[in-house]
Amino acid sequence: MTVTLFIPCFIDALFPRAGISMVEILERLGHKVVCPNEIACCGQPPFNSGYWDEARTIAAPALEKLKDAEAVVIGSGSCGAMIKKFYPELFAKTPQAELAKQVASRTWEFSDFLVTKLGVTNLGAKFPHKVTFHDGCHGLRELGIKSAPRALLGNVSGLEFVEMKEESCCGFGGTFSAKFPMISTAMGEVKCAAATETGADFIVSNDSSCLMHIQGLLSRQGSKLKTIHLAEVLNQR
Amino acid sequence: MKTGETILNEREKILGRIREALKISAPLPGSHGEVATHAHAESPASHAREWLPSVGASSAEQFDLFAKNAADLKADFQLLNSREELPAALKKIAAAEKWSRIASHDGELSNFASTTLGLPVLLTDKGYDVQEMEKCDAGISECDALIAQTGGVVVTNRSAGGRALSVLPPHHIVIARREQLVADLPAAFALLKQKYADNYPSMISFITGPSRTGDIERILVLGAHGPKKLTILCF
Amino acid sequence: MSFVSQFKSLASEKTRDLRHRSVIRTALRSYEIVRDKRKAAFQSWESARQAAAETKWEAINHLDEHLVALATKLEARGTKVHWASNGAQAREIIAQILRDKKARSIIKSKAMTSEEIHLNHALEKEGFTVVESDLGEFIVQLRHEPPYHIVFPSMHLTRGEIKDLFQKELGDAPSDSPEELTMVARRVMRQKYIQADVGFTGGNFAIAETGMISITENEGNARLTAALPKTMITLMGIEKVLPRFSDLALFLPMLATAGAGQPMTCYNTMYSGPRQPGECDGPEEWHVILLDNRRTELLADAEQRDALHCIRCGACLNVCPIFRNVGGHTYGTTYSGPVGAVITPHLRGLQDWKHLSNASSLCGACTEACPVKIDLHHHLLQNRRNASASEPAFFEKLAYKTFAIVANEPAFWSLAKKIGWLTQPLQSLVKGTALDPAKAWTKTRDLPPQPLESFKDWWKNRQ
Repeated sequence: MTVTLFIPCFIDALFPRAGISMVEILERLGHKVVCPNEIACCGQPPFNSGYWDEARTIAAPALEKLKDAEAVVIGSGSCGAMIKKFYPELFAKTPQAELAKQVASRTWEFSDFLVTKLGVTNLGAKFPHKVTFHDGCHGLRELGIKSAPRALLGNVSGLEFVEMKEESCCGFGGTFSAKFPMISTAMGEVKCAAATETGADFIVSNDSSCLMHIQGLLSRQGSKLKTIHLAEVLNQR
Repeated sequence: MKTGETILNEREKILGRIREALKISAPLPGSHGEVATHAHAESPASHAREWLPSVGASSAEQFDLFAKNAADLKADFQLLNSREELPAALKKIAAAEKWSRIASHDGELSNFASTTLGLPVLLTDKGYDVQEMEKCDAGISECDALIAQTGGVVVTNRSAGGRALSVLPPHHIVIARREQLVADLPAAFALLKQKYADNYPSMISFITGPSRTGDIERILVLGAHGPKKLTILCF
Repeated sequence: MSFVSQFKSLASEKTRDLRHRSVIRTALRSYEIVRDKRKAAFQSWESARQAAAETKWEAINHLDEHLVALATKLEARGTKVHWASNGAQAREIIAQILRDKKARSIIKSKAMTSEEIHLNHALEKEGFTVVESDLGEFIVQLRHEPPYHIVFPSMHLTRGEIKDLFQKELGDAPSDSPEELTMVARRVMRQKYIQADVGFTGGNFAIAETGMISITENEGNARLTAALPKTMITLMGIEKVLPRFSDLALFLPMLATAGAGQPMTCYNTMYSGPRQPGECDGPEEWHVILLDNRRTELLADAEQRDALHCIRCGACLNVCPIFRNVGGHTYGTTYSGPVGAVITPHLRGLQDWKHLSNASSLCGACTEACPVKIDLHHHLLQNRRNASASEPAFFEKLAYKTFAIVANEPAFWSLAKKIGWLTQPLQSLVKGTALDPAKAWTKTRDLPPQPLESFKDWWKNRQ
């Protein structure tokens, strides 16, 4: 099928390798991938801060661009939640209300797309390291994604998977990390401690924004623990 | 203060604000924003039995469950073979705890229990001096039901000698009959509704274990203000 | 200092206090273990949640009918029902009862609504002696601080701190064993119950069908408060109604499970009147005060009306990563945690208290934990929307407008990325200093390096 890959703003600018991995994986599976150049952001930053008019200014053209997409795949749980759960709310009682619902129903987070839509759990990847997984909150609670990433990682050759003892928010929360940095940092410290306790070499996640925050703390701590996006792991051969 | 007038005004003001607010409907939970248009014919909680912790079907299973729950709660549950075993069971406790006076109320079972000890008994039914009750080592009462699902006891101020008897003395003794065991919470509420209909006792209490607190470092301590010990003697 | 500055200042202080964070984490970890066990014991916790949510929907969306039924039934058996539009009225009603009864002392069992209306302070100012009988409330009363958590008022204190407190304030603290400290409180309270002129309680549920107020507690202090004093006063928010007596069969175990990880709280007691003819004890007079205090404003917000379904179990506080790291006192208001962050802007003013709704990563753990399925974290978003719609922050709005222009125009977006890459060396020069625009981040975290080739560059080069 033709997959419209929605690359979130921070993956585009800061973590392109995650996006590149997604393209390569999807093409290897035999699908045609298109990436509309005009869409830079899903509109979540202003949305989360309560500036819904500004969010619509960004989201409305994005919606139009996705209108005819067969399947929209996003490499981020939080952006995926924005489109699937919040676009219908954002555009309720506007002319684009129906379109928002339509596009939402054809939108998938990357790991969810592979496992639930395509029925694929083995990508022939190889990553001989000990890893743990951080579930981004939006993906986990808004989209219900928990088993898909684990199913995919379970088939990666050489990979040793260990679960963190406690599930908790990494503390990024978008602008929350800058508006309430002391709380954001405390939450991140709890996450880093939980990850370190597993003895893993890598923290994997389906959300680069979470990883950005966690990595920022780990680097500052001088930790040997590294962060990597799920798609990059699945693209290792 | 123009008491009657002022209070009525506040009542009407509050009710007025409520009615005004409710002119706009709110969505039913789990309906993803779709607005509800009708109330339920059947109460949503009427199937509670199917979702609450399971209770065995047979009486034996239910007694076992009650016993296990009571033990978890650190309540002392003794299932006696007959009424005749009650005096010995009570005397044993009285001796171990060195009771010198007890409180109770006028009831068939509670009288049988309280008179058997040969101790001074403060009866609550016609009123009593609280300072005298405070000197009692134990309070003996009847109950309305035992609940297998929770290991708890249902009392009312009508069936258990008032409001204080089952909570002021440091040891509460409940005398119950086997037939008083009900399976679960829904059954207990149904029993109360049927038994008291439109004339409820002014206090109904579901007692689940001896008094406790976890307010200090979440460490469980028994006997915070209510009884430190709860004993259920059942035959 | 504004409420938001106060919040940020306290948050900074508390998040740096690793010992405090550890105490809270330990307490909440042990709660989680028992809670999970109790939830698993349910045949279907999720079905129970849905039924509880629907029952509360029924209660709140027919609130006037239920309140009228409740009041009518209570009054029929001799209870005096009062209606208070706000805290000042409620305080005056209570004070007047005390004056009428020529009371000197009032013994209280736990009631968050009494915190909400700052009752103790008002009564003490008038010369009444107010005693908190709930152990946790008693402890924080001695410390002259508000409760830390709506269910566990003293969870932030260690036994050592409580021992020192009792030694200082009561002259009686044999050791730091929780058992002995509890017995000290028990001894202190005994005569206070027996001699108090007035007993004061809150209410967990109000049953419309049978005209009852249901009170949930573990210690037995509310039972004694409702048994011994001649006059009893109960203060309760109007939202506490349940339609039917049998609804309690669902709500009592759910409250215990979600709130404390217990199968049932020790005493769940339903009161339907003062002492009735033929009854041997109990208060001669019972006053029930129904409190609005801006709840009707929240009711009018149909989008967030379900916040009134709250049964005050505290589960959302227990799972909230913000609460766990800053603690209950940081919120600076009666209701903390997620539910507090949702309702306080409604009960105390949106612009003054919107920061509580802002101080969240929207992780959604609260919504997941709520036994009555309140859409808590989405309400935080809605508060943010409402706050910026009525009073947009000029620079923030401008920043998002600019961001929208840049995001919507590929040429601008591409330029913005190039500028970002080029100014990276400058960033590392000013990092952490007053000139650093990313100071909020870089104070504790490293910034991610920005690669020269963005994804869109790679994609374009590929074609």
